This record gives sequence, structure tokens and C-alpha cells, in this order.
Amino acid sequence: MTSKSSLSMRFRDRCMLFAAILVLMLGAGPASAVASASVTIAAASDLRFALEELETAFERDTSRQISLTFGSSGNFFRQINEGAPFQMFMSADEDYVIQLAAKGMTADAGTLYAIGRIVLFAPKGSPMKVDEHLKGLKGALAKGEIARFAIANPEHAPYGRAAEQALRRQEVWDKLQSKLILGENVSQAAQFATSGSAQGGIFAYSLALSPAIAKRGEYALIPAQWHKPLRQRMVLLSGAGETARSFYAYMQQPTARAILQRYGFTLPSEAQ
Amino acid sequence: MDWPALVLSLKLGVATIVILLPVGILLGRWLAFSRFQGKGIVEAALTLPLVLPPTVIGYYLLVAFGAESPLGQTFQALFGHTLVFTFEGLLIASVIVNLPFAVQPMQRAFQSIAPEVREAAAVSGMNPWRVLTKVDLPLAWPGIVTGLVLAFAHTLGEFGVVLMVGGSIPKETRTISIAIYDRMQAFDDHGAGMMSALLLVLSVLALGLTYALSNRAVRRHG
Repeated sequence: MTSKSSLSMRFRDRCMLFAAILVLMLGAGPASAVASASVTIAAASDLRFALEELETAFERDTSRQISLTFGSSGNFFRQINEGAPFQMFMSADEDYVIQLAAKGMTADAGTLYAIGRIVLFAPKGSPMKVDEHLKGLKGALAKGEIARFAIANPEHAPYGRAAEQALRRQEVWDKLQSKLILGENVSQAAQFATSGSAQGGIFAYSLALSPAIAKRGEYALIPAQWHKPLRQRMVLLSGAGETARSFYAYMQQPTARAILQRYGFTLPSEAQ
Repeated sequence: MDWPALVLSLKLGVATIVILLPVGILLGRWLAFSRFQGKGIVEAALTLPLVLPPTVIGYYLLVAFGAESPLGQTFQALFGHTLVFTFEGLLIASVIVNLPFAVQPMQRAFQSIAPEVREAAAVSGMNPWRVLTKVDLPLAWPGIVTGLVLAFAHTLGEFGVVLMVGGSIPKETRTISIAIYDRMQAFDDHGAGMMSALLLVLSVLALGLTYALSNRAVRRHG
């Protein structure tokens, strides 16, 4: 009898301790994470490095805070359709923005903010030489030196579609088919292409210009007319707040345009 | 190192086991002590999240809770936002995915209580609540804690479901395992490495704790 009551006493103490720890850990509470829901901007992966710099400049100039989420434009399009709580969408393909606007899910028709370019990239030690006519790629492919070649998934990543168009135009798509590894978005394609496990890849010029990637190999800019222009449009989504509006306006200011230009984007006014 | 992601994962883990503690005890005890027709089907249904690919679970959660589903629309009407791509949505997904991790060790712990002990308790006139608090819980607690530790550790590591229903929103749905994936794509190998090492340590600790508890249970009852 004594042993049993001491057993349940110990048990009760442990329960109390456990409950106390749980309460403490929940102190800040998941509710506060929701309450402090920040201004979240969905941005195409090609913007990753340029936007991180832009975010710093914006927060310095306006003392406002934003949160960036990067992914493929096609995935964001789907998520926004499912009701994802983004306040602004920076797509790498304006078609997605136009479709959302047609459904009445945006504030307006949005703004063209940049036109993207693609590069052929070879990591250090790759047998492939890079040149803008893809001669090195064709040569390496003919010699069987290409085992893996990375692009973004053309199904839902605009930069993957541009890569496919350029490769088809140069008639290497069919031969390259069995070697392709597909990134879920263009920065994953860049990660695959630069890892050294693939002999090369095609991804965004804006990524190739970032120091983290530039030091990993060589690249050549692919002619703009080899693929449909990567017309990148941004839009405020219904429910966008003051901070999102202010960032949207900031994106069209000289500071932001200079940063975009430095990351290799063609600005809309130059293109016309 | 993405600290907000770690904090979010810990919160998700704690919230998950706070819900699974009563649910696991009720379900585990019910399955351990009752016999009824179709018990096998109930057990199979509870184990299903263990074998289903996370993407399949993610797909059905999107179908069930998405903006176009009746459930999703009801939730939107009530709370003004959708269930998917929010912390609440992740929590529901996490509870479902972790059911077998919590329920199975608890059920086994209750099953291992000698029937004579419970019979004696019933004969001496203890009501069911006292049987639970004075007999079942004190004897089954290592299994209960094991279930909670496993569910907690598994929540920290859950990736596929979170990727599909979460949307990687900082401080809301970007858990630590999603942050590792994101850091890799940002060419931040150092950050990804730090977080991976941390998850490795936490997993080893969780397993160490469950094995210590099960050894203890074996020593006591074996």
C-alpha cells in the first residue's frame, strides 16, 4: 500500500513537472506567431539574391519589415489560388499575374518590373566549355561527356521553359532529354548545376551574377531571341496592406531599379 | 541559422503533443482494453499515416482544406483566412501525421498492464477515473512519454506534408526542415549544415530518451 501510494505520488510530481514545461514552452504560444503574421511576398526564385539586397535597402529606407518567400512562379500561382496569405506576388512569367488579375484576386493588372535572361553554366572541372552558341555543350554531348544537365522544371518554372525553348531551338533538346535533372525552381536548378555532380545547366543570369554562384564556374549569356522574353510582372494581391504597397512602389524607384540592373535584369523602359 | 524557423518548429512540436496527449491516452487505452468488431480496421486507419507517402497526405489535406473545399470555405467564413498555408493548418496536418507515433506506444503500454491489477482495482470499488489516474497512468507513463517524444521529434523532421500545405512563409509555416531546404537553394551551405547538425542532435536525444524509457519499462514489468 505504501509503495503504491509513493508510486502515484512520484507519478503526480512528474506529471506536474511535465505540464509545467509544456505550459512554459507554449508561453509565447502559437497564437502569437499567427497574430504577428508579417507582410509576406512571394517572389520567383531568380530574384533571390537581388531581392535580398533590395529588402535590406527597403528596410533601411522605410523602417518597414517584409518577409520574402522564394519558389517557382507556377507553384506560387497555384498556392495563391488555394488562398495562400501572400500580399504581393513577383512572378517570373507575367501570364500568371494576368490570370490572377482575370480572376479578381489582385489589386490591379500589376506592373512589368524586369525582363530576365538565361545563361549556360559549367561548374569548375566540367568537360563542357561555355559559349553563347552552345557549341561547347553540343561538342561535350557528342563525346558523351555530359551525364547530367540541370534546368528548372519547365512545367511550372518560367526559367525552365525558357531553357527548353533555347535548347529546342539549337536542336539539342532531344539528345539532352535523358541527361536532364529538373530543379523544383530555378535556384534549385542553379544549385544542381553548380554542385559539380552535374556537368552544367541553364538558369537565370541574375543568379549567375551573385558571388556565391559566380565563383563556382563559368557562364555564357544565351541570346535573348532564343526564347520567349521572360517578362516579369509583379502585383499586389487582394488584402495587401500599407507595407506591401510601399514595397511595390519602392520596386519602381531608382534605388531598386539600379539593383535589378546590377543583377542582369533588363528594365522594362530599356526594352521598348 | 534560421532561429525563427527553429522556434516555429518547436512550437509546432509542443502544440502537436499537447493535442496528442489526451487523444493518444484515450485512443490507446480504448484500443488496449476494448474488444469490438472492426477493431482491426480502426487500428489500420490509425497506422495509415505511417505508411502513406507524405505527398499523398499533403494532397488530400489540400483537397479537404483548400480554398475550394466546403471545409476550407467554412473555415474562411469563420476566421477570415484559409486553413492551408497557416500555422493552424500545419498543426492539423501534424496531428494527423503523428497519430500513429503517439497512439501505438501508448496502446502497447496500456496492454502490458497485468489484467489482475486492473481487476483488483475494479473489485476494490475504484471508479473508472481513479483506475485511470491511480493504476493505468502510473504504470503506462513510460509508453506515454515515448509516444510524445516520438511525435515531437517527428514533427521537427516533417518535410513533405509541410512543403505541400505550408508554403514556406517565414514565422508562420517555414519550419526548420523547410528552412534547411531553402538555405541550400540560397547557397548558404553553412546555415543548412548548422541546422542539419542541430536536428541530428535532437533526433539522437529523442531516440536515446525513448530507449532509456523502454528499458526502464522492461526492467519494471519484465
